[in-house]
Amino acid sequence: MASDRIFGLVVVISALAYLAGAFQIQTSFLSDPVGPRVFPMMIAVVGLLCGLTMLWKPDAEPEWPPLPVWLKMAVTVVILTAYAYMLAPLGFLIPTALVAAGVSYMIAPQPAKAALTGVALSVGLFVLFKYALGLGLVALPKAMMG
Amino acid sequence: MDTISNLVMGFGVALTPFTLLLAVVGCFLGTIFGALPGLGPANGVAILIPVAFTMGLDATQALVLLTSVYYGTMYGGRISSILLNIPGDEPAMMTTLDGFPMARQGRAGDALVISGVASFVGSFLSTVGLVVMAPLLASIAYLFGPAEYFALYLLAFCTLGGVASKNQAKAAVAACLGLGIAMIGLDNSTGLPRFTGGNMHLMDGIDFLVAIVGLFAISEIFIFIESHGRDSAIGVTLGKLTIPWKDLKASTGTMLRGTGIGFVSGVLPGAGASLGSFMAYMAEKSILGSRGRFGQGDPRGVAAPEAGNNAAAGGAMVPMLTLGVPGSGTTAVMLALLLTLNITPGPLLFKERPEVVWGLIASLFIANVVLLIMNVPLVKLFVRVLMIPAWVLLPMVTMISFVGIYSLSGSTFDLLLMVVFGVLGYFLRKLDVPTVPVILGILLGSNMEDSLRRAMVISDGDWTFLFSSPIAIGLWIAAIAGFVAPLFLRGVLKKPPVPVMDVNED
Repeated sequence: MASDRIFGLVVVISALAYLAGAFQIQTSFLSDPVGPRVFPMMIAVVGLLCGLTMLWKPDAEPEWPPLPVWLKMAVTVVILTAYAYMLAPLGFLIPTALVAAGVSYMIAPQPAKAALTGVALSVGLFVLFKYALGLGLVALPKAMMG
Repeated sequence: MDTISNLVMGFGVALTPFTLLLAVVGCFLGTIFGALPGLGPANGVAILIPVAFTMGLDATQALVLLTSVYYGTMYGGRISSILLNIPGDEPAMMTTLDGFPMARQGRAGDALVISGVASFVGSFLSTVGLVVMAPLLASIAYLFGPAEYFALYLLAFCTLGGVASKNQAKAAVAACLGLGIAMIGLDNSTGLPRFTGGNMHLMDGIDFLVAIVGLFAISEIFIFIESHGRDSAIGVTLGKLTIPWKDLKASTGTMLRGTGIGFVSGVLPGAGASLGSFMAYMAEKSILGSRGRFGQGDPRGVAAPEAGNNAAAGGAMVPMLTLGVPGSGTTAVMLALLLTLNITPGPLLFKERPEVVWGLIASLFIANVVLLIMNVPLVKLFVRVLMIPAWVLLPMVTMISFVGIYSLSGSTFDLLLMVVFGVLGYFLRKLDVPTVPVILGILLGSNMEDSLRRAMVISDGDWTFLFSSPIAIGLWIAAIAGFVAPLFLRGVLKKPPVPVMDVNED
């Protein structure tokens, strides 16, 4: 109940914001009869109606995970975000080993197996991508490559 | 016979050693994706699109690889349904009902062979159906103007939301979310930015591949963390494989009926393979009535849904190729592939790029034969793969997703956006909001808006033009019926005996 109501509220607010955004779109004197504003406005109105429907008739509450699992998922998001930033400056091998091990540990907390998974995936996928598929991956940080 | 000569030309394109190799690799990977619980056809194809693209494959080769993966997942899903009682992907859900009881009675091998043959019958005949129907539909599609296309897009969203989801409001929200995202970027006709917030990265819009991989693959990590990465332990033993001729003969009619039902539900926009296997199973159950032992390990209970879901996979290609409107989640992902390759599906595709269409169709036939060989005599190989634990599998999927997206654009921003879509996908799935309409919205959004605007240019702003032709009116009626009818039917039809249908994976 509550989850659907909250989600419905988020949808309503987003739809209103989207509608407001649609009014801000610049139009050009060259525009066609419909112009660039109408279709986004239609989407916003339909979304708004759906959000209100969810507020009015919410579904049964889904089963949310307990707090420790939320923490794990939050850590995973941080790890993945860090990976996105590391991939360009640090090359493929090191970040991939770390992140693969991290994700593995988050799914099943076994440090040794996770570390092994990380290293094996990093090297294995590098060989696969670089030599079998011919993608232009950089192995190591630029500084170390000379 | 135009069709025959086209088909011969298609085989000429598809039967080069390299494309054959791609078909074999694709079938192999596809069967694995299908068999592994948690990875379905949509994720499997989504992860491989960026990889195929950066490998520098040409259009035909990329299509051969990806359709082989698609057909392969349809075959593979049954393996874990039968051996683990966990559907390897959504469409294989119905196969667990009789497959697992058969396995527990020591007939796992028989169940795998029967379902493998049923898969072959279903997808082979539906590919024949595709050959017959696609050119016909393509010739009708010439009659479609912008007003008709607008109604057709609407129909796809409505049936997808109405038939495949439990809550119409949530399906419509998903569609709006996708359409809303599609609006981000430069407006096609005025060239002015919309919803970019001044962010340079958003000027080109959001790449649908980023959204697809995020929603389908990255969100899977969170689902697995939540489920504590249950390892799949195979509870039944697989003995020597023999071919149960008697059961195969007994289920011939079942396979053919399942194929017919599956093909029709595949062609209908939005319905897809999950519905195909569900309808095929339910129809067979009611036809055979008390003569069958459905639910207790009846071989026909394995044959019907497998023929149905594989036939739906072929059927779903018909509207995707001829009209550019996908019939299921995975064909939506395939549409993304075509658009990435700069191929616009539709009636013109058959005239302008016949080698692509017929090469694709020929490769579907080839993939089917390869898959029959892989999935009947060599099925034990895939049973081994099922032993890969989640804590190896999921990191691997993550890394392939990141590398795939990164190699497309080399942009950190896209990777971050993918993670955001992953988190979004997790919440949507928990809240029972289908993710396929989101993808469909992102893919079709600009086309839908363009057809509306072009229709209004033609009619000089007269909105009644949208309802001015019989085809358009028919599509509008079908769209409204598709969206509203399930509201009333839901009370009449009994709930299926399985967890509720979900189109996320089909």
